[in-house]
Amino acid sequence: MLLRLDNVDTYYGQIHILQGVSLEVNEGELVCLLGGNASGKSTTLKTIIGMVRPRRGAVQFAGEEVSGRPTSYRIGKGMAIVPENRRLFGPMSVKENLEMGAYLHGGGTKEDFERVYSLFPLLYERRRQLAGTLSGGEQQMAAMGRALMSRPKLLLMDEPSMGLAPILVERNFEIIKEVHESGVAILVVEQNANVSLSIADRGYVLQTGRIVLSGAASSLIKDEDLRKAYLGR
Amino acid sequence: MNWSLFFGELVSGLTLGSIYALIALGYTMVYGILKLLNFAHGDVYMVGAFVGFFVLKWLGGPLAPAVTGWLAVAIMFTVAMLACGALGVGIERFAYRPLRNAPRIAPLISALGVSIFLQNSALLLWGPQFRDYDTFDLVGVKSYHIGTNFFISNVQILTISVSIGLTILLALVISRTRTGKAMRATSFDRDAAEMMGISIDRVISFTFFLGSALAAAGGIMFGLVFGQIFSLMGFTAGLKGFTAAVVGGIGSIPGAVLGGFLIGLTEAFATGYLPGGSVYANLYVFALLIVMFLIRPTGLLGSPVIQKV
Repeated sequence: MLLRLDNVDTYYGQIHILQGVSLEVNEGELVCLLGGNASGKSTTLKTIIGMVRPRRGAVQFAGEEVSGRPTSYRIGKGMAIVPENRRLFGPMSVKENLEMGAYLHGGGTKEDFERVYSLFPLLYERRRQLAGTLSGGEQQMAAMGRALMSRPKLLLMDEPSMGLAPILVERNFEIIKEVHESGVAILVVEQNANVSLSIADRGYVLQTGRIVLSGAASSLIKDEDLRKAYLGR
Repeated sequence: MNWSLFFGELVSGLTLGSIYALIALGYTMVYGILKLLNFAHGDVYMVGAFVGFFVLKWLGGPLAPAVTGWLAVAIMFTVAMLACGALGVGIERFAYRPLRNAPRIAPLISALGVSIFLQNSALLLWGPQFRDYDTFDLVGVKSYHIGTNFFISNVQILTISVSIGLTILLALVISRTRTGKAMRATSFDRDAAEMMGISIDRVISFTFFLGSALAAAGGIMFGLVFGQIFSLMGFTAGLKGFTAAVVGGIGSIPGAVLGGFLIGLTEAFATGYLPGGSVYANLYVFALLIVMFLIRPTGLLGSPVIQKV
């Protein structure tokens, strides 16, 4: 097992956000975590990478308890993230953004750049351009490329479809599938249930900080409860 | 026109500007990353000048240094820059880091506290009296001239060129090295930088190290140019470095250099040309700050980057 959250409780101050969340991602698996606004999706990701610390429960990654470890340690162990809204470094070039993705690997080897550029040829063309001047779709590619620079074992994606035109959402999920097929385990956090379940192996549904449903993507996609739980009606 | 006065003020303005630019760089770098006005920065500059002085004394004093004068100056720069770099890292570690997530006013007050602490420690340890660098004896000040009106001394050449050299070095570190890029990334979006595995604490420490080392270099330059240093020299110099950073556009590295030279030249030309200039030069300098706030609050080069989303 690559990633395991065991009964995690996370608080922001007094507010109890995650309540006993448990989930698993196996090597090479594509798992999606679904939920509406304020369901705790982003907090789950932040707990996984260590931007917030759980008050109770365990986070295990690659066979190691990492709950007490800083974000840099977890990234070094093989996590990478495409943050919500991409969060590129706007005043830096595309190439420099990619370098930052491989920060803990000395800024990336020639092979790392070649691998990312072959996946996203457009990034090669735009490598000298400032990231802040890219279009939404291009930014998504740059953010993906940046995360892949570190050759992650587990790629975390926070709402990759947010703010993208439907056609780009589809293209984006094709890319996620491609990356997954190259052997990277992926945890996608999404509001868009249909498109993410269509490519995922398994899924979890989060509602107000609790996992209310989980199972194989193929069965979740047909689940009436999913619609009820997730859409709240 | 009195060209000799004009060139005299020009050279002295560039010399002063070199010193202010070095102080402004530290202000602007720390602000860029932490959005904190590090008001203790001027006092780090003062400590730098004193470390330089004590290194000089340890080397046998300006009258009989154990090594040649210029080598003594090089050793003074090196030791003071390293010592103040470490001091800056320590200040951040103990006075600002515990307040990292506090409201912004808290670290600002802490910075003023550190400033008062450093000033009074200096008064207590080193006293209020002036200390002599005796630059004339140390390096044998020579004056060169081009034509009949343009004069510049070897110490002024040293000050201006070391300042420009350090600025270029800093620009290279920030634009080319991995740590420099991490600094820019952190300054643009700290959380995103952390998500890349960048250790924010280390980047901030490094920023304080660089900024404080540059301030120390400025402090020694002051000692060499004016021949004397004193415990409270950091107060006005810090304010002027801050003014330079704001005028240039706080957060901008080229802005800090531009602002530094602008403030230095303003001070020098005000001294030479404006009514009551030699007494009220500082008044004109800070008037420039107010004017800048009124017409262009972001400073000369500080226009915010417009982002397409």
